Amino acid sequence: MIIVGELINASRKAIAAAIEDRDAEKIQEIARRQAENGANYIDVNAGVFVGREVDYLKWLVTTVQDAVETPCCIDSPDPAAIEAALELHQGTAMLNSISLEKERYEALMPIVAGTDLKVIALCMSDEGMPETTDARLGIADRLVNGLVQNNVPLENIYVDPLVQPISTNQEFGMAFLEAIEKILARFAGVHTICGLSNISYGLPERALLNQIFMAMAIGRGLDGAIVDPLNRRMMATIYAAEALAGRDEYCGQYLTAYRQEKLSF
Amino acid sequence: MSDVFTRITEELIAGNLKEVPEMCRRAAEDGVPAQEILDKSLFPGMEVVGQRMKTGEMFIPEVLRSAKAMQAGLEVLKDRLVDAGGSSHLGVVVLGTVQGDMHDIGKNLVGMLMEGAGFKVVDLGVDIKPEQFVAAVSEHDAALVGMSALLTTTMPKMEETVKALAEAGLRGRVKVMAGGAPVTPKFVEQIGADGYGADAGGAVDTAKQLLGAA
Repeated sequence: MIIVGELINASRKAIAAAIEDRDAEKIQEIARRQAENGANYIDVNAGVFVGREVDYLKWLVTTVQDAVETPCCIDSPDPAAIEAALELHQGTAMLNSISLEKERYEALMPIVAGTDLKVIALCMSDEGMPETTDARLGIADRLVNGLVQNNVPLENIYVDPLVQPISTNQEFGMAFLEAIEKILARFAGVHTICGLSNISYGLPERALLNQIFMAMAIGRGLDGAIVDPLNRRMMATIYAAEALAGRDEYCGQYLTAYRQEKLSF
Repeated sequence: MSDVFTRITEELIAGNLKEVPEMCRRAAEDGVPAQEILDKSLFPGMEVVGQRMKTGEMFIPEVLRSAKAMQAGLEVLKDRLVDAGGSSHLGVVVLGTVQGDMHDIGKNLVGMLMEGAGFKVVDLGVDIKPEQFVAAVSEHDAALVGMSALLTTTMPKMEETVKALAEAGLRGRVKVMAGGAPVTPKFVEQIGADGYGADAGGAVDTAKQLLGAA
């Protein structure tokens, strides 16, 4: 399971303040704690700073990489910001994200083409957000084929079928889960990933829904997640679900997590 | 008679998809004017739903259910309202998610609650260019524009829309409000819009205030 630690995102007020103050210590502390708690990538997002994103994103990459060896997940739609960040980045970064929206697709494809970057392929198009399994598959198909034709190997592609809230349509949970299964079946070697907290939008006790949905998605094959690695219950859910889905040899990760006291609260 | 209105209101709040239209039909057949059923049971019911959503007592699926029950009630009353010269409303609201933004959940909720509060809603959909807002305001003689954005990257389109309305000479007669997760009251002020909605219920309150219908 690939865990992308989501905390360093400027849409969170404390992070925006830390970025504006150039508070390296604070950013590094959050990066370190995410890495220690299982993050394989540290998401960096400076999207709220219109006009200053390039500088802030560069600063975030160097600041994070001074503290941890975990690579960054560069979270931006702006090709200039991404290229500037990649220039500084050590190791192989992940890109969050390309989509089938024409402008975004055309801006980002030249950046990932022929590289060994990991890339999140978000199932969204200019027609809007997909609601059904088939709509997700249609977008995934065009995205994956486009990336492969541009010499991005399947195993570097993380398809995000886009979680939509069940509060607005009770079918949205299953439409997503079936998309995970079908995408993995159609493109052998490709990965799937998602930020899934949107599933519980508009409902009470969101943490409960998020955790159970994570377990259900892992049961369908989900092998990547954009989450808060400091959320102990969510991480425990992931360890347990991976073991239950038969993806944890000799239950090794689960037992390690147990010995590190990550499974009790 | 007030008893009938109260019962319809209660069923509407409970989101009873069968009872609401059935009770509306019976009341209308008993000679209660359709407009009165609307004004004294359906609108007040949706008002309560909006308030309860705002306070966290009701949740989105329940609001959607009530809105659907309201639509079912309206469907029954529609012909009778037309007979009586059409339904009166608080004003025309043009709603849309701004250019480059595909998020529609919040906007749809606002639309439903505004309809429930008695506005006539023209929902333009998602990815709406400033000039499309302008054209819709002229075409429908709208009193209010509601813009939604869920992305920090599309928020600047809200300012462009306000400017486009001004350039078209419409700003004097149309109020503008904005909402969506990254939008703040401060931002609304900065771009020269008139009102902010923190949530769908709040948006309806603001709309009523802006149009002097509170």
